[in-house]
Amino acid sequence: MTALLEVDRLRKYFQPPRRWLGPEPRPVRAVEEVSFAIERGESFALVGESGCGKSTVARCVVGLLEPDAGSVRVSGRDLSLLRRVDRRAACRSVQMVFQDPYSSLNPRMSIGDALAEPLLIEGMLGRASVRDKVRSLLGEVGLDGDAAAKFPHEFSGGQRQRIGIARALALEPAVLIADEPVSALDVSIQSQILLLLRSLQRSRNLSLLFITHDLAVVRNFCDRMAVMYLGRLVEQGRVEEVLGAPLHPYTVALREAALPPDMSARAGLARIEGEMPSAVDPPSGCHFHPRCAVRLDTCRATYPAWTPLPGGRTVRCHRIG
Amino acid sequence: MSVAQRLRLRVFPRLPKALLLGGLTFLLVCALAAALPAFSPFDPAEQDLMQRLEPPSAGHWFGTDNFGRDVFSRVLWGTRLSLLIGLGATLAGLVAGGALGIWAGFKGGWADAAVMRLIDVLLSFPSFILCLLIVAVVGPGVPILIFAIGVSLVPKFARVARSSAMAIGGREYIDACRTMGASDLRIMVRHVYPNVAGELLVLASLWTANAILIEASLSFLGLGIRPPAPTLGGMMLEGLNVLHEAPWLTLMPGAAIFVFVLMLNVIGDRMRDAVDPRLRDV
Amino acid sequence: MLEISNLDVSVRSKGRLLPILQDVNLTVRRDETLAIVGESGSGKSMLALAITRLLAPVKSFELRGKVVFEGHDLLTLGRREMAAVRGAGIGIMFQEALGALNPVARVGAQIVEALRQHRAASASAARAAAVELLRDVGIPAPEARIDDYPHQLSGGMRQRVMIAMVLACEPRLVIADEPTTSLDVTIQSQILSVLRELRAKRQMSMIFISHNLGAVAAMADRVAVMYAGQVVENAPAAEIFERPRHPYTRALLAAIPRVDRVRDLSVIPGVVPRFDALPRGCRFAPRCAYRAPACEAPQVLAALDAAARCCRIGEIPGVAAP
Repeated sequence: MTALLEVDRLRKYFQPPRRWLGPEPRPVRAVEEVSFAIERGESFALVGESGCGKSTVARCVVGLLEPDAGSVRVSGRDLSLLRRVDRRAACRSVQMVFQDPYSSLNPRMSIGDALAEPLLIEGMLGRASVRDKVRSLLGEVGLDGDAAAKFPHEFSGGQRQRIGIARALALEPAVLIADEPVSALDVSIQSQILLLLRSLQRSRNLSLLFITHDLAVVRNFCDRMAVMYLGRLVEQGRVEEVLGAPLHPYTVALREAALPPDMSARAGLARIEGEMPSAVDPPSGCHFHPRCAVRLDTCRATYPAWTPLPGGRTVRCHRIG
Repeated sequence: MSVAQRLRLRVFPRLPKALLLGGLTFLLVCALAAALPAFSPFDPAEQDLMQRLEPPSAGHWFGTDNFGRDVFSRVLWGTRLSLLIGLGATLAGLVAGGALGIWAGFKGGWADAAVMRLIDVLLSFPSFILCLLIVAVVGPGVPILIFAIGVSLVPKFARVARSSAMAIGGREYIDACRTMGASDLRIMVRHVYPNVAGELLVLASLWTANAILIEASLSFLGLGIRPPAPTLGGMMLEGLNVLHEAPWLTLMPGAAIFVFVLMLNVIGDRMRDAVDPRLRDV
Repeated sequence: MLEISNLDVSVRSKGRLLPILQDVNLTVRRDETLAIVGESGSGKSMLALAITRLLAPVKSFELRGKVVFEGHDLLTLGRREMAAVRGAGIGIMFQEALGALNPVARVGAQIVEALRQHRAASASAARAAAVELLRDVGIPAPEARIDDYPHQLSGGMRQRVMIAMVLACEPRLVIADEPTTSLDVTIQSQILSVLRELRAKRQMSMIFISHNLGAVAAMADRVAVMYAGQVVENAPAAEIFERPRHPYTRALLAAIPRVDRVRDLSVIPGVVPRFDALPRGCRFAPRCAYRAPACEAPQVLAALDAAARCCRIGEIPGVAAP
């Protein structure tokens, strides 16, 4: 059975513009050979720090960027092809919830208009049906019907994020991408939004692609996950296994850097040195080797292949393979 | 929502009250100026050679000129003409410049490069010289003047619209529109324009004053509307010959220009302050 | 070292006086880290600006109370005296290093400038000291990086440079306002480690402001929790995390997901009240699971240590009376 969302060997480079009298600059290798799959109703986390390329992956999946190589398939259909042939069907496959609640809504558009927009673009519903649908979407995310006449600045960050979720659900997508949906929110509001996402996922049997750097959120809300470093995935598997017993040295470092809100945090500081290098000139061999405490000679020479492990788990590390 | 409310929201998207108030005041001033001739006691073309170069009096508030025409009436008519040309030119510049700027800023790439070159060319002429050239080539007349001054204003609107559109194009809600399948045209009209409108309207109120000044200057040089049509600049020119004997011929139209432009500038400044984010409250 | 008594900060807006901070009482002892925890709208950043008198002069702020630093009440000092306190007495570290550093000056030059302002030193001695400072904060090859411009450095590096600049003046108290919030999680670990190490080595006191409870747990000796402009709980770090008293603290800890285990997260209903619409009595009452009629009256912080601003402390299940 094919998974609902299949990303296969995705590649995306960015070419900076050429300076007037200079040489052709080298491309930024944002995403290199990324492959993963999400089942129907599953919540999948793509984890990494800033600059690793996870947002680029999200944008390729939702169609804001055209990948250089590889494919994105929903229910077996290639999305790039679908976008050219039947744009409506493509929009109904994947939608996205954005990170910044303060810039993801048009300040000059009422909430009702903003939610009606995707429905009007699709053009399948009459005016009255659109109004009803907007009302029901607002209800699904826990907001009153009279929110439709208001404007974004009248709402708090958490409420705006709810509106963003409602907008993403308007076209009834099969896959919902949440790009750091709670990073810009206060800690006490985050749980509200995360629980909302979970309940919506269950009621609509959505597949959720969760882009985040926060491992605690992943642990509590996601089924499977992949760790990304400098454009490549380094470890994949079920959340309890990857976070319970991380294998790749980078996953270990991420896990340790997630400080728990209790006194055990005092012992957990700074086990890892250095910073993520630039994606223009990644280190040879395994990209992580300059910062790896347990590196071998081969790590500098070749990039490790995927080592399959029981339970659908995979790692790319010379030490484990 | 009623049709009027819908219209208001579409063309003048939800803007701060102070801005709308300023805009309303501006329109009111313009409407008043346009209606001025209704108050003119005399026909501006009517000559009375018996009463040439009379100083201001009860019968002729601003005196008469060297053809015996009532200066006050001519000032009223001239103000209306200046307003017509100024407003018309600003509107033309706003619509053309705004559209070009939004398109260039949003699309980027070759569209942006092409528009920028056009703007650079237009800006390399001082607006005044540009108008001079156009009028010299084509000849005077109200539509020509509106066109010429409008063209000189296009780059100014286009620049502001472009930088605004560039900033807005990067916002997440624009990305959201794309994921929903919106066409670029829809995004520009429904999403970019409403966010640029505020700045453009403020600019329009300020540049109207400037446009009026350009028209007056052109008329003063004899390149604007030709006599006997009453124009403020033209009247000042005529009055130069008799400046010592009848200073009011030059002073009155000059004062009218001054007062009118000052009013428009003050309103424009207030409008701009209303949208300046730094002056927002806590 | 630093004692804040009954600090009230209000701002005049549209003719009304809005309370931003109210009845703040805190102490920071020598060689100790006090963490101030709060979400947006709690007033924690305002507190840092208020005690260092850095509130924007454009708006009209009114401060009342006492902020006594090494025997002097900072609120009564003149501008020049206050400027002298800042830097050598109290050093301030901000969230976004890019904004705090001059983009057109080399990194080394900025540190040298800070150094020479606070102690007379020759150019070469100052430069050598700057290199050492960069080494102390963990920048590799400091002799090379000292001539870089801020934009040539990564976010983590810039934060280290900012720490170096603050330490150049050898302050006795450092205020760090969300120093690692904009950084990646592995870099955050590094920066916190550097901060902790240097604080101990130089025996400075620190006020560590953050909304990240994990970072607070790693850094703090004592913790003050702020909500809507008031300090609602003040206790040693271990107490706060193991035996939280105030309902807000408890609710906050229960709402945060953890990496090490899956658990049901609780939700705090409602939103933080705005400063122009504060409840009359306990500010947290509208969202509190334990609210009672007694909560309508203004709440008081009973004592300075190990105290919570809640009238129902003894009655809440699972909370030990002070």
